[in-house]
Amino acid sequence: MALATSPPEATKEGTGAAAPSRYSSDAAGLGRLRAGVFVAPALLLVAAFLVFPALWVLYLALTNYRLTGAAAAEPQFVGLANLIDAAANPEFWSSTWLTVEFVLGSAVIGQVGLGFSIAWLLRDRRGPLKRLVEGLVILAWILPGAIVSFLWVALLDRDGGTLNALLGIEGFAWLLDHPMLSIIVFNTWRGTAFSMMLYGAALGNVPPSHLESARLAGASGWQQLRDVVFPHIRGHVLTNLLLISLWTFNDFTPFLLTAGGPDGKSEVLAVHVYKVALQSGELGYGAAVSAIILLINLVVAVFYLRLLRSRK
Amino acid sequence: MTRFVLGRIGFYTLIAVLLAFFTIPLLWLVTAPFTSDPTYEVKVPDFTLDNFRAVAEHPYALPSLYNSLVLSVGTAVLVVILAALAAYALSRVRLPGRDALLYALLLLSSIITGTAAMVPLFQLAVELNLIDSQLGLILILTGGLLPAAIFMLKDFMDSTPKSYEESARVFGATPLQIVRHVVVPLVRPGLATVGVWAVANVWGNFLMPYLLLSDVEKQPAAVITYTLYTEGGQANLSMLSTFGLLYSIPVVLMYLFVSKKYGFRFHGGIKR
Repeated sequence: MALATSPPEATKEGTGAAAPSRYSSDAAGLGRLRAGVFVAPALLLVAAFLVFPALWVLYLALTNYRLTGAAAAEPQFVGLANLIDAAANPEFWSSTWLTVEFVLGSAVIGQVGLGFSIAWLLRDRRGPLKRLVEGLVILAWILPGAIVSFLWVALLDRDGGTLNALLGIEGFAWLLDHPMLSIIVFNTWRGTAFSMMLYGAALGNVPPSHLESARLAGASGWQQLRDVVFPHIRGHVLTNLLLISLWTFNDFTPFLLTAGGPDGKSEVLAVHVYKVALQSGELGYGAAVSAIILLINLVVAVFYLRLLRSRK
Repeated sequence: MTRFVLGRIGFYTLIAVLLAFFTIPLLWLVTAPFTSDPTYEVKVPDFTLDNFRAVAEHPYALPSLYNSLVLSVGTAVLVVILAALAAYALSRVRLPGRDALLYALLLLSSIITGTAAMVPLFQLAVELNLIDSQLGLILILTGGLLPAAIFMLKDFMDSTPKSYEESARVFGATPLQIVRHVVVPLVRPGLATVGVWAVANVWGNFLMPYLLLSDVEKQPAAVITYTLYTEGGQANLSMLSTFGLLYSIPVVLMYLFVSKKYGFRFHGGIKR
């Protein structure tokens, strides 16, 4: 759903402005009671549709709930049986492994690598070329997921697809023979914009004088990158890695491209939950996998918030 | 000198590869809608408008765009109003446990994603009779977007001066009047940002409507697109490409509007 992503600049601005308000009084004379009334409707919705589902998924994970049949009417408490089932289920482990591949390949290597490269290539540029490249990368990011997925289905089509036409290998079935590679490249294409913009902003903060003196001292491009640029943007790299890993981990879009197939060869955990819980109806088992996803998210998010705080 | 020339050549080669990588998948979307009987192949279009006529006659295509509009505007309005009230109160009044609450909100909104919560949300919707209810879906989506929205708006509220509110109060305005006539105009850019962010989020959201709306007459464009290319054997490409273009245009316009007006920079995240 939603993610609050304040990259470091925004956070600094925010805290700078927030500091005086901490000591200021209630200018409109709202009072605590009315303030409570103002906050209540929002909190009510958050409690009902965000907090409650999260707690309920933990409860469901401990039952044998099913979508249909006897266990749908009277679910029974089964303790950790679902988790044990998951641990013994080769499909769960294969999904987990595919998810690791997906996150490492498309987020950590693909989006971070490509996003940084674009930002680095265009760092000193102004004008139409930069706007064109950035505009196209951002376009891939903002178009609706259902549309871009189909565009890639068209691109990778076995017979008439543009990619095969360009490569001259008619009849090569990318989505069937290399489903993981397809969704990894797709997700790199789809999500690079965020990293590109973040690194673009970060590189703007590297003092030009430092780069200048490094160049005068005879540092090569790579040395400048390692010794001057990287220390300045280390915080951004970490922020970027945590956020896009979290997003990619929870991304359901691969479903639109391959539906987890063929034979579960691209069934990342997000798709796995959907298939077992809502297609096969095993809500209890699905909830157990959801609970695991939730815990992994929690670890990443706590780490991220720690990082933001320590920078304040 | 040769080093410089080689560098230039390398630079432009890389840029060309990048441009190709990001452009090629999009080409089909701009050519196929204007081609009669399009295939997956990218061809020079013959600029026919028949495909648009076919979309207009399709029983679910245009209504689904309307459904997307209802869902995204409904959610955005609700998110902006509720988040503005909450953010204002949290910004101005030191409620007990405020900082912990804000921290918890931020944490929750990033860990409880559609993927993690799809099972309980589906069940909750079944129990509350919210399956096939657009209002139900709006409430669920609003709950998901509110924490991040409150967070972004509180930043805006914190940075507005309080002197106006004080003087309005001296003249006897009630708190609600102050919020409506003094605070809202001051934070309008913030409200607009959050509104656009919410619309963009819901407009592209596939998972939630896919789970919770099974009545094809209520489904938004994201779900209809998926149905168009997965059901009924051969996908109808003239339909899909044209419909896809119509579905994409509002997003592009919104992006152009935001980047022109505010500069497309970070105000908190603009993603799912």
